[in-house]
Amino acid sequence: MQSAAAPTRAGSRLCTRCGERKAALKRPKTLEQICRECFYIVFEDEIHQTIVDNNLFKAGERVAIGASGGKDSTVLAYVLSELNKRHKYGLDLFLLSIDEGITGYRDDSLETVKRNELQYGLPLKIVSYKDLYDWTMDDIVKAIGLKNNCTFCGVFRRQALDRGAALLKVDKIVTGHNADDIAETVLLNILRGDIARLSRCTFITTGEDGPIPRCKPFKYTYEKEIVMYAYFKKLDYFSTECIYSPNAYRGFAREFIKDLERMRPRAILDIITSGENFRISTTTRMPEQGTCERCGYISSQKLCKACVLLDGLNRGLPKLGIGRTAKVGAGADGSGEQQGKRAERRNRSSLQGKHGNLDF
Amino acid sequence: MAAASSSSCGGAGCGAHCSSSTSSSVEDAPEGILDRLSISGAAASCGKCGGGAVVVVAGGVGLCGECLRAQLFGKFKLAVTSSAMVRPTDSVLVAFSGGPASRVALQFIHEMRSKAIESWDASNSQALPVFNVGVAFVNESALLSKTECEVEQATEDIKSIVSSLLPGDKAMHLASLDDVFSSESKDGESRLRELVGMIADDTGREDLLQCLRMLSLQKIALENGYTKIMLGSCASTIACHVLSATVKGQGYSLPADIQYVDTRWEVPVVLPLRDCLAQELRLLCEFDSLKTQQLLDRPCSGINGLVASFVARLREENPSREHTIVRTAQKLKPFPFNKFSANGYHDFLPSRLRPKFQDVDNDESAFSELLCLICRSPFSESELQNLESTRHKSQKKIDLYTAYCCQSCHFQILPGGRDLYDHFFSLLPRFWTERVDTASASHSSLRDQIEDYLLEDDDDGN
Repeated sequence: MQSAAAPTRAGSRLCTRCGERKAALKRPKTLEQICRECFYIVFEDEIHQTIVDNNLFKAGERVAIGASGGKDSTVLAYVLSELNKRHKYGLDLFLLSIDEGITGYRDDSLETVKRNELQYGLPLKIVSYKDLYDWTMDDIVKAIGLKNNCTFCGVFRRQALDRGAALLKVDKIVTGHNADDIAETVLLNILRGDIARLSRCTFITTGEDGPIPRCKPFKYTYEKEIVMYAYFKKLDYFSTECIYSPNAYRGFAREFIKDLERMRPRAILDIITSGENFRISTTTRMPEQGTCERCGYISSQKLCKACVLLDGLNRGLPKLGIGRTAKVGAGADGSGEQQGKRAERRNRSSLQGKHGNLDF
Repeated sequence: MAAASSSSCGGAGCGAHCSSSTSSSVEDAPEGILDRLSISGAAASCGKCGGGAVVVVAGGVGLCGECLRAQLFGKFKLAVTSSAMVRPTDSVLVAFSGGPASRVALQFIHEMRSKAIESWDASNSQALPVFNVGVAFVNESALLSKTECEVEQATEDIKSIVSSLLPGDKAMHLASLDDVFSSESKDGESRLRELVGMIADDTGREDLLQCLRMLSLQKIALENGYTKIMLGSCASTIACHVLSATVKGQGYSLPADIQYVDTRWEVPVVLPLRDCLAQELRLLCEFDSLKTQQLLDRPCSGINGLVASFVARLREENPSREHTIVRTAQKLKPFPFNKFSANGYHDFLPSRLRPKFQDVDNDESAFSELLCLICRSPFSESELQNLESTRHKSQKKIDLYTAYCCQSCHFQILPGGRDLYDHFFSLLPRFWTERVDTASASHSSLRDQIEDYLLEDDDDGN
C-alpha cells in the first residue's frame, strides 16, 4: 500500500485522510471517506478538543459518568477513560447508574454496565428508585398508567443522579447527550415557546451554580458516529428502547432531524450554532433557586418537583404536580384541572419528556 | 389534504412574495379546505356574533366568515398602526405574488386607503394627504418551465386582479427577476441562469432567488418613488422561516427577519400580516371571493421544503403551533433597524400616539450591524471576527467578498471551488458587491499609500 492520494481500482477508494489504507466508511458528519483507524482518530480527537476548548475538567477531579448501558454512555465511558490515560487528564472516573426498576429493560441494561465496570476498570455505583423513593417505575406505571410516566422518571432520575454523585463525592457528572439530542432540544424549545430553556439548552456545562455541575462532552458528536464507533470497536452495549417511553412529540422532532441530516449533514451543528447565537436578552432568567423544605434538594418552589410527585404517589393522587396545577406545594390538593398563567410558566413538566425538570 | 402538504412557501422567508405558495391547490380543492376548517355539522354558530355558520375555528372559538374577516382586518390594522408602518405621505408598494396572503394584504391596504380617502373628502382642512398604493409583481418564469402562454395568462390574471380594485388608480409594476441585472448587462436572463446554475445546493439556490426577488422589489420601489414595501408574509411563512433559519445556523440574524418593520433596506419593508395564519388568509380569499393566481409559483425544495412539511405536520397535531413558534422567535432581541427611528418620522402620527414611539433608546447606535453581502443577515460575533482578520490581512478583493458573506451563504450559496469565486462574484448584481467596495475602499487606499514599505509576510500577496 504505497500509493498517492488518488483513488485506485474501482470500488476500493483510499482513505481521504491518510491516503494509505482503504476507506472503510463515509463519515456521517462530513461524508468524507476514511479508513477505520482514521475514524477512531478524528472521533476521539474531536472529543478531546471539545474537552480542552471548554475546560471541562481540571486535573485531580472526580468525575461520574452517567451510565445507562446504552450506546452513548458506553462509548462515553470508553472514550473518556482512553482520553484520560492518553492525554493525562488526571481524572478519577466512576460509572454511575440509576436503576429505575423497569423489568425487562433496566435490569438487562444494568448487566451491561456491570460488564463495562470490569472491561474498563471503572468503579460502578448503582442508585435505585426503590431505595430513594420506595417506588419502582413498574409500580408507578401500575399506579398511573402509561401517560405522564416519563415525567416521573425524568424528575426522579435527575435527582437520583445528583444523589448518587453526592454519594460518590464526585466534582462533576458527565452525560452522553450527543449533538442530535441537543439539536432536538433546541427545536423542541422553539416549538413550545420556552425561551428560558432555549437560552440554556446548548450550554455544554449546566448547573454550575448547583452542587454538582454536569457536562456533555458529546455536544458536537453525531449519534451516527457514536453508533459507528461502538460498532467498529465492538463495544458491549444495550440497545433496546425503554418499554415505557413511546413519546410521539419527541419522535416528530427526531424524525425531522434525521431527515435534515440526510439532506445536509451539517444541519445538526448549524442548529446548535443557532442555539448558541440566539439573541436572548439577559433579563430572561429562570426562577430563583432555593432548596426543598423536605429533602434539601435544589428547588425553585417550597418543595422540589420530586417531592411533589412522590407526595402525590404516596397519597394516591398521582396527578398532583403533573401539568398545569395552580400551586405546587404542600398545601395544594390535587386539582389538576386548575389553570393559571403563572403556574403554567413554572410548571412545564408535561412537555418535559424524559429529560426531567431542569435538565435541558 | 393536498393543500396542507403542498403548503407553504418553505419558509426561507420567501417573504410575501411567495407566502402565497401556501395554497397552491386552493383552486383544486376549495371544498376540502372548507371541510377541514369548519366544525362538523352546520349546527354550530359563530362564537362571536352568534349569527352566521362557523367557517373557521380560531383560538378555540368558531367564527363565521364575517367575524373572521373582521378579526384578520383587526390584526392587520393593529400591526399597521402600532408600528406606524404607513404614514399619510407614504407611497406603499405591495409585493403581490398572486397568492392568498399577499392578496389579502393588497385588499386590506386598499380598504384602508379607501377609508382614508373618504375621510379626506369629508374633512374641512384636508391638511394631511392620503398615502398612495402601488402593486409589484416579480415574474420568475425565466427559471420555470412554463409555456409562454401560461405565463401570459398568469400575468393577465394578476393585472386584472389589481385593476379590479376600485377606484382603479393603483400603479402596477411588472418586473422580471432578471431585471436586477438590466443596468449592467444586456442579457440579464442568461446571466441569471448562469448565476443560479453555479449554486450546487438546492436550498442555497432558492435562498439566492429570494434575495434577488427582494432586490427586484427594492429596484421597483426606488425607481418609482415608493417609500415602503409591504409583504404578505404571514405567521405560517414566518414559522417556517424561524425553523429553517435555525437549521441553517442563522440563529443570530433570525430576529431581523421576523419583525413588523425592517429598515435594513433602502426602502423599508413592513410585514403587517405577521400574526395571521396562512389557512385563515386562504379561507378569507375563499369567503370573499378574492381571486388568486399561483401558476407561477415555484415549489420549494431542499431544507425549505423539508421544514414546510414538518410545520404542516405540526399544524395537524396542533393548529396553533405556528403561532407558538412565531411567539418564541419574537422573544429574541430584534435589531435597531427593526423600527423606524429617523428624525421626525413619527411627526405625522396623532399626538396621542406619538409618545409611544418617543422612548427610542439613544444608547444604541442607529445602524451599526454589519450585513451579509448576499442575504443581508447581520453578522454574529464569530463572523465579525472572521471578517476582521481577513480585512487586516488585506488580501485580494475576492477574499474580502467572501469574508463579507455570512456562514450560511458561504456554505449554501458560494460555489464549490475557490477558483470559481471570481466568476461567481462577477455575476452577482453589482449593487451587492459595490457595498463591499466602498466599505473597503478607505482601508485599501490607506494601504496603497504605504504599499512600498510593506514586506510580504505570506504567500497571499500575489
